[in-house]
Amino acid sequence: MSIKTKLVPVSRNVALLPERDANASPILECIDLGVTFGGLKAVDNFNIAIGRTEIAGLIGPNGAGKTTIFNLLTKVYQPTHGTILLDGKDIHGMTTTQVNRAGIARTFQNIRLFQDLTVEENITVAMNSQIRYNMASGIFRLPSYWKGERIAHERALELLSIFHMEDFANAKAGSLPYGAQRRLEILRALATNPCLLLLDEPAAGMNPSETAELMENIRTIRDTFKIAVLLIEHDMSLVMNICEGIAVLSFGQIIAKGSPEDIQSNPKVIEAYLGRKKEA
Amino acid sequence: MTHFIQTLISGLSLGSIYALIALGYTMVYGIAKMLNFAHGDIIMIGAYAGIIAVGQMNLPTLAAVLLSILICALLGVLIEFLAYKPLRQAPPLSVLITAIGVSYFLQNLALILFGSQQKAYPTLAVMSHYTIGGVTVDGISILTLLVTAVIMVVLTFFINKTRLGKAMRAVSEDKAAASLMGISVNGTITLTFAIGSALAAVASIFYGMSYVYIKPTTGAMPGIKAFTAAVFGGIGSVPGAMLGGILLGVIEQLSKTYISTLWSDAIVFGVLVLVLVVKPTGLLGKTMNEKV
Amino acid sequence: MKQSKKFKLHGDLLTFLLVAVAFGVIAYLLYGGYLTRQVSNMLIPISVYIVLAVSLNLVVGLLGELSLGHAGFMSVGLFSGCLISIALAEVLPMPVRLPLSMLCGGLIAALFGLVVGLPALRLKGDYLAIVTLACGEIIKNIITNLDLTGGALGLNTNAIYSNAKTLLPYAVVLVLLTVLVMMNLKRSKQGRAIMAIRDNRIAAESVGIDVTWYKLVVFMLAAFFAGAAGTLYGHYFANVKAASFDYNMSIEILVIVVLGGMGSIPGSIIAAVVLTALPEAMREFADYRMLLYAIVLILVMLTTNNPGMKEFFSRLRPSALFRRLTAKKSPQKEGA
Repeated sequence: MSIKTKLVPVSRNVALLPERDANASPILECIDLGVTFGGLKAVDNFNIAIGRTEIAGLIGPNGAGKTTIFNLLTKVYQPTHGTILLDGKDIHGMTTTQVNRAGIARTFQNIRLFQDLTVEENITVAMNSQIRYNMASGIFRLPSYWKGERIAHERALELLSIFHMEDFANAKAGSLPYGAQRRLEILRALATNPCLLLLDEPAAGMNPSETAELMENIRTIRDTFKIAVLLIEHDMSLVMNICEGIAVLSFGQIIAKGSPEDIQSNPKVIEAYLGRKKEA
Repeated sequence: MTHFIQTLISGLSLGSIYALIALGYTMVYGIAKMLNFAHGDIIMIGAYAGIIAVGQMNLPTLAAVLLSILICALLGVLIEFLAYKPLRQAPPLSVLITAIGVSYFLQNLALILFGSQQKAYPTLAVMSHYTIGGVTVDGISILTLLVTAVIMVVLTFFINKTRLGKAMRAVSEDKAAASLMGISVNGTITLTFAIGSALAAVASIFYGMSYVYIKPTTGAMPGIKAFTAAVFGGIGSVPGAMLGGILLGVIEQLSKTYISTLWSDAIVFGVLVLVLVVKPTGLLGKTMNEKV
Repeated sequence: MKQSKKFKLHGDLLTFLLVAVAFGVIAYLLYGGYLTRQVSNMLIPISVYIVLAVSLNLVVGLLGELSLGHAGFMSVGLFSGCLISIALAEVLPMPVRLPLSMLCGGLIAALFGLVVGLPALRLKGDYLAIVTLACGEIIKNIITNLDLTGGALGLNTNAIYSNAKTLLPYAVVLVLLTVLVMMNLKRSKQGRAIMAIRDNRIAAESVGIDVTWYKLVVFMLAAFFAGAAGTLYGHYFANVKAASFDYNMSIEILVIVVLGGMGSIPGSIIAAVVLTALPEAMREFADYRMLLYAIVLILVMLTTNNPGMKEFFSRLRPSALFRRLTAKKSPQKEGA
């Protein structure tokens, strides 16, 4: 993860990355993770491991605690118990900021863009810790400022090209249509140079053709950046199509784990979604 | 010890005045989500109303008190209607600046109408000093305490048990949902301003009786202290405003007596900063967790 | 497109140049003796208010936090800077002494900014506003009661008193420096991070922005400029009292920032000039001037914030007209 110290445009960046082996130690491991809100166990006994270039899915009925898991992983909430290992290192005691710098980036279910900044600025903000110049250089426009800004600009355009959004670079983020805002949030998360990308309902509000395109994009992102993706999604076609591993959450507990095929035929999952059949 | 009790009682009485004003701040904040910066100046207007009612109109005490309350309540409603209502959808900072404008307006209007010379507040009731077990307290303090206690009980009952009180709580919780339930949001806000301003008028009477001299800027300092008290107790919380006001008054009086008159403001504000750093939403304020 | 971006004369740069030119003209008029006493008397206060407004805009407009204690920082800078200047009055010549004491005043104010900024890390919105107000009042109370600062009678600054003609060059440099810092900060990675915190704190944290650090930096930077402006202001009077720098003054500065437009440098400058000059210009109306000021303030807020009125006025605004004339193809919605 030492590559994070220097800002390099995407294309070169990829070449520098060591091949991450899916079979090697997992990028993320949660051991007995849990959180309690006022006596209520929102998440309990949560155990998963995600491979280094795996696309994993987290599904479950509304209110099952999926977004809470994301909030625990990014330390928006502090876990009540359990351990989170990122690349084998315990992230206990880290803040949201530190977790991001350690390599976890996320999007939000209810989009949280920097509304009054431009599309490009939304992305360059996310490169903040990678752009190397101090405040004095910024204020007095020293050479390091121009260099840092130029590289950031180039990299932002490169990222935007993933979703063909270069033309929007100077538009205010808040003025983008809904779908474009969702895509921008993914790019913003990518700009932090993560090794694990958390996507909270990336396809929400998209039509089937947009969803299909998004699916392709998520795969491309994984393949280009060689990162792991964990996504929460209600669109089963998307989840079953691109996820290599799926965990099903119900009332804060994992009720099933496995490949898409396993999940689809698991009676517990069907019960959680459709309810228990009345005993006659 | 008797000295301490005396100080405590005058602190409680000062605190009661703060609490009455703080209630206006907190109720308006709870319901309209705005800081009514002009609230302090309502006290000043109330005090002038008392001076005119007794001094020029020769009204009896009770009539003067009622007139002062009526004028303040109407003024509060009028201000809300003219200055704040058009800004319901505006960003909070714009509403704050408007409220500051209203505050300047009231102060300068009073300056033109009543002049910059301070005027003496009339003696509404002759109050003797009472000595109980060596502790001497003046009647005004006792009256202030009693009246405030009654008002607080009535207000608590009103908010918790009556239909209008329930409507107020509903509007402060969720305006859209309240209006869907058939509650008139605008009417409720008007009512809140009327009650808050009426309480300020009551505060003005006790303030005038205790401190006597009134000038156009009289409302500013008690206003800012009461505002502090409301935040101290947790803004939006009615019991919080009562607690915050009384605590602030007691702290102020104790530090004036036992430490120094000069440093009392620094001590009062210092305690406030400390409390907020430890408990960021005030003593009784609800902790709001942002939903992610 | 890349090229045009580099040479684009953006609004703030234009402001910077216009301010520089305006000061040039004023300096010519002042030293040529063309200005009436009434006008030349306003030059230093106006410059000071510009610095105060632009620096407060950093907190309110860029960081999005409400501060009601800006006059407190100014006061700290004023008294510490002037004490230093008085101590050095015999030793150093003006061109060294004044910048040095302004720097010291600014740095000491920045230290107070750090102290006030610390609770700001835990507090939000109105709670933070009241704490900044409280801190301003505490500062006022302390300075009023210290023997060092002359107590309630105020600090005698006769030894360092200077007139507008002497002080103008320093005021010009300070104003231009403040505008330059604010302007370039907005377009640097630090400025973007600060605005990101304003727009969405949780998202800012989630992309690795150190919110704590940036909040403190903003408070310190704003306090620094307020303090330096304070030191300059102190040199313009023969006696200064801490009581003048209370929450009312903080509010006055806030009003300038809000009227000028949050985050807008030219707005802050214009509002500072107008609102400082207006009460002076209306002097003949004596008693009625503050009443008029209040009414104007309320009307401006009503007309700019009421949706119906806003729509009407936005059509008339020159910048909107300009944008319409120069607008190229607006980005097609949902093109990708």
